[in-house]
Amino acid sequence: MTQSTHETTGEQVSASPAAFVFTTVRLSIVFIILCGMIYPLASTALAQVLMPAQANGSLLKDASGKVVGSALIGQSFTNQAMFQSRVSSIGYKAEASGSNNYGPSNPDMLQRTKDSIAQWKLDNPGVPVSQLPVDLITNSGSGLDPHISPAAALVQVPRISKLTGIPADTLEALVKEHTEGRDLGLFGEKRVNVLKLNLALTEVAK
Amino acid sequence: MGIVQIIVVILILVLLVKPVGTYLYHVFSNEPNRTDRVFGATEKGIYRLIGLKHRGGMSWKKYVLSFIVTNLVLVVFSYLFLRLQKGLPLNPGGIGNMEETLTFNTVISFITNTNLQHYSGETGVSYFSQMAVMTMLMFTSAASGFSVAVAFVRGITGRRSVGNFFEDFVKAHIRIFIPLALLVTMALVALHVPQTLKPTLEVTTLEGQTQQIAIGPVASLESIKHIGTNGGGFFGANSAHPFENPGPLSNVLEIISMWLLPASLPYMYGKFAGNKRQGWMIFGAMMTLFVVLLGVNYAAESAGNPAINAMGIDASQGSMEGKEVRFGIAQSALFTTVTTAATTGSVNNMHDTLTPLGSITPLTLMMLNNVFGGKGVGLINMLMYAILGVFLCGLMVGRTPEFLGRKIEAREMKLIAIAILIHPLIILVPTAGAFLTELGKGSISNPGFHGMTQVLYEYVSSAANNGSGFEGLADNTSFWNITTGVVMLLGRYVSMIAMLAVAGSLLRKKPVPETIGTFRTDNGLFTGILIGTVLIIGALTFLPVIVLGPVAEYLTLR
Repeated sequence: MTQSTHETTGEQVSASPAAFVFTTVRLSIVFIILCGMIYPLASTALAQVLMPAQANGSLLKDASGKVVGSALIGQSFTNQAMFQSRVSSIGYKAEASGSNNYGPSNPDMLQRTKDSIAQWKLDNPGVPVSQLPVDLITNSGSGLDPHISPAAALVQVPRISKLTGIPADTLEALVKEHTEGRDLGLFGEKRVNVLKLNLALTEVAK
Repeated sequence: MGIVQIIVVILILVLLVKPVGTYLYHVFSNEPNRTDRVFGATEKGIYRLIGLKHRGGMSWKKYVLSFIVTNLVLVVFSYLFLRLQKGLPLNPGGIGNMEETLTFNTVISFITNTNLQHYSGETGVSYFSQMAVMTMLMFTSAASGFSVAVAFVRGITGRRSVGNFFEDFVKAHIRIFIPLALLVTMALVALHVPQTLKPTLEVTTLEGQTQQIAIGPVASLESIKHIGTNGGGFFGANSAHPFENPGPLSNVLEIISMWLLPASLPYMYGKFAGNKRQGWMIFGAMMTLFVVLLGVNYAAESAGNPAINAMGIDASQGSMEGKEVRFGIAQSALFTTVTTAATTGSVNNMHDTLTPLGSITPLTLMMLNNVFGGKGVGLINMLMYAILGVFLCGLMVGRTPEFLGRKIEAREMKLIAIAILIHPLIILVPTAGAFLTELGKGSISNPGFHGMTQVLYEYVSSAANNGSGFEGLADNTSFWNITTGVVMLLGRYVSMIAMLAVAGSLLRKKPVPETIGTFRTDNGLFTGILIGTVLIIGALTFLPVIVLGPVAEYLTLR
C-alpha cells in the first residue's frame, strides 16, 4: 500500500452514492468494450492474418481441390465399403453437437450397444466379435469425433477388402500410413482420422 | 503411457507454481515493481476513464459493496444484450432474442463464474452475444473473484487494509487475464481452433451429403473460458467438440490454463503471509486430495462399464461412451478432475456417461469446493477450513486458537459456520425439493439411481459455481432456470461476503506474539489436520447422497 496516503477507511473515494454508482457504470462500460469487443475482434484479425487455414476450420480438399469437409469434424459413412465412424446420436450433423448423455445403466444405451454388436456380426461375418473395439460402438461426447482407434480401423479391413477387391495388405498399409501417433509421442492416444482415411481409400479404389 | 502423461502434466504445473505465484504477489502487493513500466500507463488511462482519483484502501464493507454493484451493473448490460440480440450486430445466423427465465439463468451463470449453460451455443446466441456477454463476463467474473480472494488474503495476513476493489479489478485484467488470454488464444489457433466471424459453413461430404458446420470466434472464448475457470462452451458439446479442443496438445494447454492460477494462489498467499512454507502446506493438502480423486476416476474409467464389458467385445480401451478417441481415458480423466477441482466446468467428455464410481470424483471435488477451486474461491474456502482446523485443535488443548498471529474468536467462527453450512444447504434442499415436484422429476433422462445423481449433480455444480452438468437432464425449463439461478447466486456471494467479513474482523485485532505453545500452521502435521477437517466435514455432509446416487448405481451394474 505504499502509494496510498489515506488508508483503511476509503470513504473519501466517493463523495456521494451517485458518484460511486457512476464509477461502477463507467468501469463496466470500459471492460465491456475492452474484453467483449476489442479483445475478440483483435484476436480474430490476428488469427486471420497469421493463420488463416487454422482460423477458418481446417478445411480438407480432395485430389481435385474440392472441399469435402473439415479435418477436425467427423462424417457419417453409410457405405459398407468405406471405413465407418463411431456412433453419433446426431448423425454427424455439425450445426449442433453433443450426445444422448446416456448413463452407464441406461437401458436404451445398453440396447443400442447390443443392436450395434448384432449389426456388426451381420456386416462382418468371419471377424470374431471379441476383436470389435469398444470405441466403434459407443457414442462420442461431441457426436462429431473425427477419429477411431487404429484397432477399430484394422478390424474393418476384411469387410472392405471383400467389398472393394482391394487386397487386405494394401488396406492395412493404408491404415498404418494414416495412423496419427500420440502428440509429442506422449499425450493422448493413437488414432486414425476416418475422413482422411476414406479420402485415401477412394483414391486407391479408382 | 496413461499414467506417464498424467504425471508429466502435473509436473509442468508444479514447476510453474513458483514463478506465477511470485508474479501474482508482485501484481497485488502494490509495491512498486518492474511490471509497472509495462502496464502502468494503460492502467492510469483506465483509472482516468472511470474517474477513480483516489485508490486508497477500502473498508471490507466498501470492498464488498464495490464488488457487488459492479457485478450488478455488468449483469444489467448483459441481460439487455441477450434479450435484444436479434437486432444487434454480428448475428449472421439470424438468432432470435433469448427467453426471460433462460436469460436470467444465463447472466447469473456467467457473472457468478459458473457457466452452467441451459442454452446451446450453436443455436441460442449470436456472435455478438458470444463476445460482448459470454467472453466479457468470463473476464470480469474471474477478475471479481480473484480480487475478493486477494482482499481476503490481505486481511488475514494483516496488511493495512483489504485493498481497493477497483484497482484490483483493473490490475487483474490488465496484468493477468488479458495478456494471458491473448497468448493462449493464438496458441489455440495454431493448434487449429477456429477464430472467424464467418457464418456456419456448408460442405458436401465424401458420400455426397450436405454437412452444415457451426463455427465462429471460438479461440478467443476458449482461452479465457479456461484461464478464468469459467467453463462455458462455445458449442453445446463444450471442450469435447473438435473445434474447441482439436487434440491432446490443446487438451493439455486447456488443462494447464485452468489449473495454473488457482494452483499458484497458495504460493502467493505464502508470500503475503511472509512464510512460503505456509503456502506450500496448503498447496500440499490440495494436491493430496486431487491425486486421490484423480486416481478414483482414472481407475473406474479404465475398468470400463461392467454391463458393456460383459457383451464380449474388446473393451480394453475402458469406458468410451461419451469420450473422444483422441483423448482416451488418461486425458479425459485428468480433464474431468481438473475442471471440477478448479471449478471450471468445461468438459472434454460427457460427465453424465461416466461410470458410477468415476462420477464420484467430480461430485466430491465440487462438494468440497476447496481443492484448488475457482478463481480465488478455492483458496478462500481452504483457508476457511484451515481456520476451522486451528479452532478444533485449540479446543482440544484448551487454548484460544490463533491463526497467523491473530486470535480466532466467536465472531469469526460464526461467519465461518455460515459459509460452511450454506454450501450443503443450497445443494441438498433443492435436490430434495426437485424430487417432490413433477417439474423437477420430469426432467430426468436416465432411469433408476442415475437419475438421482443427475439432479444432485445439477445443484452441486450450481452451488460450487462449476457449471458442468449431467447434460442429459432437460434443464431449460422455468423451474430449473430459476432454482439453479438462485443457488448459483447464493453459492457465490454468501460465502464471499462472510469471508471478507472475517478478513475485516481479523484486520482489526492486535497481533499476539508467537510462543512455544503456539500451534504451528506451516508443517506436515497441519497439512494432515487440514485434510482431515475437509474430509470429515465433507463426508458427514454428503456421504448419504453419494451412497444413494453413484454407489447404488454401481451395485446394480455389477
